[in-house]
Amino acid sequence: MQLTLEFGGGLELLCESKKIHKVNVETQKGVEKLTMKDLLTWVRTNLIKERPEMFMKGDTVRPGVLVLVNDCDWELSGQLNTTLEEKDVVVFISTLHGG
Amino acid sequence: MEKEGDAKPKNTAPRLCCVCNHRRPALKRPKTLDQICRECFYEVFEEEIHQVIVENQLFKPGERVAIGASGGKDSTVLAYVLSKLNRQHQYGLDLFLLSIDEGITGYRDDSLETVKRNEIQYGLPLKVVSYKDLYGWTMDEIVKIIGLKNNCTFCGVFRRQALDRGAAMLKVDKVATGHNADDIAETVLLNILRGDIARLSRCTAITTGEDGPIPRCKPFKFHLLQIPNCILTYAYFKRLDYFSTECIYSPNAYRGFAREFIKDLERIRPRAILDIIKSGEDFRISTTTKMPEQGTCERCGYISSQKWCKACVLLEGLNRGLPKLGIGRSRGLNIERKKDVKENNLTESIESKQCGTLDF
Repeated sequence: MQLTLEFGGGLELLCESKKIHKVNVETQKGVEKLTMKDLLTWVRTNLIKERPEMFMKGDTVRPGVLVLVNDCDWELSGQLNTTLEEKDVVVFISTLHGG
Repeated sequence: MEKEGDAKPKNTAPRLCCVCNHRRPALKRPKTLDQICRECFYEVFEEEIHQVIVENQLFKPGERVAIGASGGKDSTVLAYVLSKLNRQHQYGLDLFLLSIDEGITGYRDDSLETVKRNEIQYGLPLKVVSYKDLYGWTMDEIVKIIGLKNNCTFCGVFRRQALDRGAAMLKVDKVATGHNADDIAETVLLNILRGDIARLSRCTAITTGEDGPIPRCKPFKFHLLQIPNCILTYAYFKRLDYFSTECIYSPNAYRGFAREFIKDLERIRPRAILDIIKSGEDFRISTTTKMPEQGTCERCGYISSQKWCKACVLLEGLNRGLPKLGIGRSRGLNIERKKDVKENNLTESIESKQCGTLDF
């Protein structure tokens, strides 16, 4: 599944200072859909190169990280249960850095 | 700068914006949890700031106002929104961007590039004042000498004064800063921990220093940084150009502990942040408590409750190779200094740049 992931607010530093990642995420065999929960696990394994605790806490993002799916707060689409589709754009921005 | 068109809706969010009842909602409003679309969110957010400005009479028509611009999200959003509201509601303000260059390679130089772009993007004249010009030292040089302990004390004391000096150079009537509710709550806690009653009693006011030459105001005083954070969301949706790297010298700052605590508290109960501010506001200091008297620094003329202002004491330490001077408990310092003055005829040995050449 082709997705565009964007990291901002300092989170890009955890993935080699690259803000925009065009990625291809494979869904598990026999499972058609990909949820945000699956994506977070994938990102943590494949993109985050350092200090994963700055990005995740438990199985979700660290408090203070804004998540947008297609420019829409993921709270509106079911957070971890949000189902992703081909060409979706997912944005992660940290608020933890200074203003 | 905005991304064109609406992305396809997620079928799990079939509702429409509760304001326009027309477009697809993009976020939940933190206070009401109403679902709202991007366009209505811009309007609601800008209107909130406008109401804060009007209700608190932050500005008067014809005033010159400097926006303290760090290049970070808060001050960038403030500059954008303030210049927009100024046009839209005819505030009649002359707006400027005012940046402080602390001289921190790899941090401030990059964020100043952001502010320089903002100058062009928003059409607001920019003034940069540097520690090097004002004090003769950059933070890089100071850190080389004192290390990563207490460096934020130098930086904080110098910045506060630098902002006032820059504002005086711009001949503005007021300085507006992007401090949000979380920042103010942090300051309340820090002032309690330090036992700084004088600062505690004034740090929560939306406008401070009205008795001084250049008052400061904080239009974002009521904006919580909780998720979804309006300021950040606004900056992202509007594709505002801001800088988001933590200062390379700050990990040891005392303030960091207060920030961490505030964040934890906010997770449990976001309102707690506003409650802390309220507590700070409601603090009543017994009339018999002796408060420090505001005077002026004998050396540079800046406001000070002591003989010399803190910046001059710190600078004195740096220039004499005694950087610990003025750090920690201040009791005894003035006594020590008086002794020094007597012994060494100190005033003549000051080699630093005079910082008293500005009028206040």
